[in-house]
Amino acid sequence: MSTLTDPPNEGFRLSMLINDTRYRSLTFQVIAAIVLALCIWYLGNNLIQNLRAAGLNISYTFLGDPSGYDINQRLVEYDSQSSHAKAALVGLLNTLLVAFLACITATVFGVIAGVLRLSNNWLVSKLMAVYVEIFRNIPVLIWIIIIFTIMTAVLPGPREFRGDNATASMVFDSFAFTNRGIYIPMPWFENGIFASTAMNWLLVLAGFAGSWIAAHQINVWANTKQESTGVRPKTTALILAAWLVPFLALMLIMGLTWEYPELKGFNFSGGIKVGGPLIALWFALSIYTGAFIAENVRAGIQAVSKGQTEAASALGLRPRRVMNLVVLPQALRVIIPPLISNFLNITKNSSLAIAVGYADITATLGGITLNQTGRAIECVLLLMLFYLTASLTISMVMNVYNASVKLKER
Amino acid sequence: MKKSVILGAMTFAGLAAGAASAGTLDDVKARGKLNCGVTTGLVGFAAPNANGEWEGFDVAVCRAVAAAVLGDSNAVEFVPTTGKTRFTALASGEIDMLARNTTWTFSRDVDLKFEFVGVNYYDGQGFMVPKELGVSSAKELDGATVCIQTGTTTELNLADFFRSNNISYEPVPIETNAEAQQQYLAGACDVYTTDASGLAATRATFDDPAGHVILPEIISKEPLGPLVRHGDHEWGDVVRWSLMALIAAEELGITSANLGEMAAGTENPEINRLLGSEGTLGEMLGLSADWAKNAIASQGNYGEIFAKNIGEDTPVGLARGLNAQWTEGGLLYAPPFR
Repeated sequence: MSTLTDPPNEGFRLSMLINDTRYRSLTFQVIAAIVLALCIWYLGNNLIQNLRAAGLNISYTFLGDPSGYDINQRLVEYDSQSSHAKAALVGLLNTLLVAFLACITATVFGVIAGVLRLSNNWLVSKLMAVYVEIFRNIPVLIWIIIIFTIMTAVLPGPREFRGDNATASMVFDSFAFTNRGIYIPMPWFENGIFASTAMNWLLVLAGFAGSWIAAHQINVWANTKQESTGVRPKTTALILAAWLVPFLALMLIMGLTWEYPELKGFNFSGGIKVGGPLIALWFALSIYTGAFIAENVRAGIQAVSKGQTEAASALGLRPRRVMNLVVLPQALRVIIPPLISNFLNITKNSSLAIAVGYADITATLGGITLNQTGRAIECVLLLMLFYLTASLTISMVMNVYNASVKLKER
Repeated sequence: MKKSVILGAMTFAGLAAGAASAGTLDDVKARGKLNCGVTTGLVGFAAPNANGEWEGFDVAVCRAVAAAVLGDSNAVEFVPTTGKTRFTALASGEIDMLARNTTWTFSRDVDLKFEFVGVNYYDGQGFMVPKELGVSSAKELDGATVCIQTGTTTELNLADFFRSNNISYEPVPIETNAEAQQQYLAGACDVYTTDASGLAATRATFDDPAGHVILPEIISKEPLGPLVRHGDHEWGDVVRWSLMALIAAEELGITSANLGEMAAGTENPEINRLLGSEGTLGEMLGLSADWAKNAIASQGNYGEIFAKNIGEDTPVGLARGLNAQWTEGGLLYAPPFR
């Protein structure tokens, strides 16, 4: 029987930090971290000292001062006496508005173009290929300017709607397409349940939520019935009723009326104005990013093995159901992750708004406020914070959605 | 992410600090070229001509400074700036001076840390509308869409004017004069507002200048002048006195025609001091004795520059008005050269 002796306990010696493979990598990492921290400290200190030497001290008090300028598209109450912070908020909401609208339409364009590009129809698939190649290979700034220029040059000015022999006229007497934007009728409630318009619209939204729940319940009921009896009851009429009845009832009770735009003085007034810059930016971002999304969709669909389609067809599913039930659910796993970065691109590219005079946050906080106050560093830091927060939020939401569609491994 | 913030900010701060400490005059002499910030194009004030050479009223100031410092009025690198980029360009040291019809205001002088060296054009903000609108006063502009260059004092004056008259408007913010012109002509806005001189200059380039009227209201004081960075007083003096030399030359009757004759010596000691045949004014500035002679030789005196670029015989067609010599009822008044 041999005796096992413990290796001699040598204790810890300093040289082991370099020579002993157990510690060596750790040593180097600690050294690297310290050097990095020193560099950051040096640069930060340098920044603060230089700023102080130049007489610039970081201060955000200017945000409370009156801004002194007006903004043409305001989603919240704002005038030139409001603070710079309020101006930044107006810009922020404008950025979010155009990003939200563009994300939706870009997805619609992208999915349609991506699916059609795989069409068996030669003409359709080639047309889509042309769309994708043209739009994603020209910078989005150029698209924004082209669309805006065409709009202002081609559409008539409000002046041309005036007089007995006007050269332009409103469509259906309710839509006016001018080179300053499109005026559409605005719905409002004659005898709303709440005093504020916003609350009334929230009520309508709540009605929709109720309808959605009801429709869901009808589906659940139909599924149970189908499972127990084998016959699925007809639900189309019921679901339609669940959506329409509460909505129509609400509209009747609150007295829905339309306010039509009309020419008054220099411009149209009344109705809702969708400004030219918003349209140009929205449309340009949509078609540009749509072209990228189309490629993602195509890649996603082609990533699903052909055997899946063939197996589904062999089971007797029709082509549309094959797409909806078999191919798309699997394709989404490939489509969603790059789609997230496309949404982030839309949000960030919306900062090109200033090219057409759209008052997004880069134009208000990063443009006029920065210029009038001279607080460049403060404004730019705030802008970075905003875009970072917005992008991370979009990422988070989309990642949650991605988690819900990705392959569930059991 | 965090690192790049600090690196970026540090670069900015480093540039700002570096620019403030060095002597601009020495830099310009060593470089052999003056970097002068001008507009991106405003006919009469600063715009490239058919040969690609910059010319105009503001350009003349740049050329005069270059001639005074370097003896060569063509030793200028013109840097086009927008209303938004001009101050950053100057603060960062990208340009040595800014001659871009920039309004002298308290906050720009004090808070933004610049030094306005004088006024080369006394202006005020006006409105231009198409004649067919039949508007005769700015107070009739209720509800109008107004094109405006963003990042300028006009933006703030406009808001104040409409608010104090209790009428509404819709602003269309635009980056450059050229874009504003295009938008205005396309009818995307009813009114274009900027300094009255700028309106006249813009109108001069229209196909049909007579179809547009400049409304009588002048809603603000806009003293336009060249500016330099705060803290470099030697350089500030050079730019200030180059401008003053042009103004004094007109007052003293020195023109590009009689400059050679005058420089040889006259009976008027002030002319002699100015042109360097007497005294050491050039030396005090750190320049050669004939600095003012070179400055005047480049484009002529103030009156000649005015007449050639924006005067009544040019398409811009501006009268001297406030910009006449003090002896003729204007505001131009150069301090004595002694």
